[in-house]
Amino acid sequence: MRWITQTIAVMALNLRTIPARLGSSSVAVVGIAGVVVVFVSVLSIAAGFAGAMRSSGSESRALIMRTGADSEMTSGFGGAEVDVIKQAPGIRRDGQTALAAAELYVILDLQRKGDPDSSSNVPLRGIEPVSMRLRDEVSLVAGRMLEFGTNEVIVGQGASRQFADTGVGDTIRSGKNVWNVVGIFEADGGVAESEVWGDARTLQGAYQRGNSYQTVLARLETTASFDTFKNWLTSNPQVNVQIRRESEYYAGQSQQMTTLIQTIGYGIAFLMGIGAIFGAILTMYTAVASRSREIATLRALGFNTWSVVISVLGESLALGALGGTIGGLAAYVGFNGYQASTMNWQTFSQVAFAFRVTPELLITGLVYSLAMGLLGGLLPAIRAARLPISSALREL
Amino acid sequence: MKYLPLIWKNVWRRKFRTVFTMLVVMVAFLLFGVLMAVRMAFTFGIEVAGVDRLMMLHKVGFLMLLPEAYKTQLQSMPGVQLATHQTWFGGIYQDPTNFFAQMAVEPEAYLKAYPEFKVTPEHMKAWMDDRRGVLVGVDLMKRFNWQVGQRIPINATIWQPRGGGLTWEFNIAGTYTGEDAVDKTQFLFRYDYFDENRRGAQGQVGWYVVKIDDPAKAAEMSRAIDNQFANSSAETKTATEKQFVQSFAKQVGDIGTIMVAIATAVLFNMLLVAASTMTRAIRERTSELAVLKTLGFANGTILGLVLLESMFVVLVGGGIGLGFAWLIVQGGDPTNGMLPIFALPPRDLALGVGLMIALGLLAGLLPAVGAMRLRITDALRRS
Repeated sequence: MRWITQTIAVMALNLRTIPARLGSSSVAVVGIAGVVVVFVSVLSIAAGFAGAMRSSGSESRALIMRTGADSEMTSGFGGAEVDVIKQAPGIRRDGQTALAAAELYVILDLQRKGDPDSSSNVPLRGIEPVSMRLRDEVSLVAGRMLEFGTNEVIVGQGASRQFADTGVGDTIRSGKNVWNVVGIFEADGGVAESEVWGDARTLQGAYQRGNSYQTVLARLETTASFDTFKNWLTSNPQVNVQIRRESEYYAGQSQQMTTLIQTIGYGIAFLMGIGAIFGAILTMYTAVASRSREIATLRALGFNTWSVVISVLGESLALGALGGTIGGLAAYVGFNGYQASTMNWQTFSQVAFAFRVTPELLITGLVYSLAMGLLGGLLPAIRAARLPISSALREL
Repeated sequence: MKYLPLIWKNVWRRKFRTVFTMLVVMVAFLLFGVLMAVRMAFTFGIEVAGVDRLMMLHKVGFLMLLPEAYKTQLQSMPGVQLATHQTWFGGIYQDPTNFFAQMAVEPEAYLKAYPEFKVTPEHMKAWMDDRRGVLVGVDLMKRFNWQVGQRIPINATIWQPRGGGLTWEFNIAGTYTGEDAVDKTQFLFRYDYFDENRRGAQGQVGWYVVKIDDPAKAAEMSRAIDNQFANSSAETKTATEKQFVQSFAKQVGDIGTIMVAIATAVLFNMLLVAASTMTRAIRERTSELAVLKTLGFANGTILGLVLLESMFVVLVGGGIGLGFAWLIVQGGDPTNGMLPIFALPPRDLALGVGLMIALGLLAGLLPAVGAMRLRITDALRRS
């Protein structure tokens, strides 16, 4: 019991004297806060991107592509194959219509707002009337739905925010084609918000696709009917397809970009972490050195060595926690919800998304900062404990 | 020179602190080196993008194909030195996450258009002799531990082989290399073999690279080329390779810029921390400096002593850090093929050394000048 009260007493003394050592303490706090800012903000990019991709895919929908295709862009079907696919068991049906849509995926070349020289690849998806019923998460936020059979299009709100001529009433020119924007839609932050949607049949004509499509998206009867559906199609010799749950497809699409950001994010944060640990060691060393007489006095008075060690560690943990909190807050204020866009490496097209500073990231950042504080305090604490009392008292 | 032992003693008067200051500086410069490589990787080689090369794409978008026949028309235009086409293959080697650029090209014309790709005559001959031959960048060879002569199966995503199935097989005929900023991760196979063996779309190619006589006329030439194919079945959009690379980098987007910006801010913060620690180490010794002045040391000498001391700490720590960064970067692209140009060019190394000298000056100058200006009596009294 005694050493606990001792420890608390010493720790209180330490913490109360921090203001006297403000300069060197702030070095450690600022160093650790910096690391946490980088860590949290860079990983919030990855979290935002992966989040956008994740909310795009539903478990209860299946995406059918040609065998070997790694993205919607590289897939392709004839009309006959589409008809076979739509007859497969396991698809939810609404009266006579199967809730399955054959879609087209082409790329538009659009300019960013305020940057007429730029050129960005934006997906233009050809949809069927049933496409909207497949996707519950999609709803119009402005204008109206496109009329099938015309050259009207609706634009995702992410795309509309970023690219020129994509507001309601604008026209998008692409080669010889002209698309009239009649509506803006949202899709729970998913990838669809970065797309432009038009009538699949009109697109087939405009892009000389004949009666061909790229993918079929099907709403499953239940999540569990996926296997029935898949087995029927893969064993059917009339079609040459691969079937994935939509959620799995988008998870796969986000993998490369997420890996890229995480590799760099973790790499940089790791290096900075080492730097911050050295910084914390310097700070705590200075703290111990400047108070070696005090510490020696305490020990001469009979304070337990462990109390001294723990109090030094406690101080450096407190500095770490302070740094972690400041860093996490700064990252949250500065980057949460920040709108950005990047490339989906599989389709080379743009995906708009918002940075997400998630609670998990903040907690990881805080744990990281505590670890830095702990490691930084360890060596100086041992040093403080091993300080020979007599010579330390004589010092200065 | 005679002061060296004095400086040496001063550096090590508090070993623990000096060592850790050096370590902080080391990590800062390690980070600096890595950041420079990341920054460069996100520009995707814009520095070596040829000013005399134009890229001609389908006007509607990069997915649309262009007729092979455009080549003759391009080559007959005045001001055009060379025109050659490339077709994106986009296949998968073993695992979908193994990303690298695979393209069907015309071997001789391609290498004429890209003189920065260095190939030995033997490898070139081997490539010309083997229709299934492929020329592979040295970085890509290293990444998968490939050997010349090895057979590489690639699964088609867009271009299925005529013979059925999904797999194309290529033989590594040779390798190419190039400077730091050249993408050495490409997988280049022969268009003639590809065109004969793909199912459909014969005579259709991805885009053209046009080498022009006079880079100053790039804008003019681009317009002339687009006019040439206006109102044809496939209209074109032509721009310099530089603009093309720039637009690609822009699409990958703010991400690279933001990451580098945040990290740079923190790096500077780290350098300031190191500088402040070093400054404090010297301030502690104001009275000692006053003693030196009493002994007759000139102001300039004291300034020099202090500066040399801080320089020593920074250069040793920073030099080791930059060395480590260089070693890490030699390991190549850490992201499985997405940042093909991952290098630390001499220019950035020089910038790093410049930064070290600046840091050394910053850390040493303030306290040294302060000490110089102090009146001896005041300084001695202060302790």
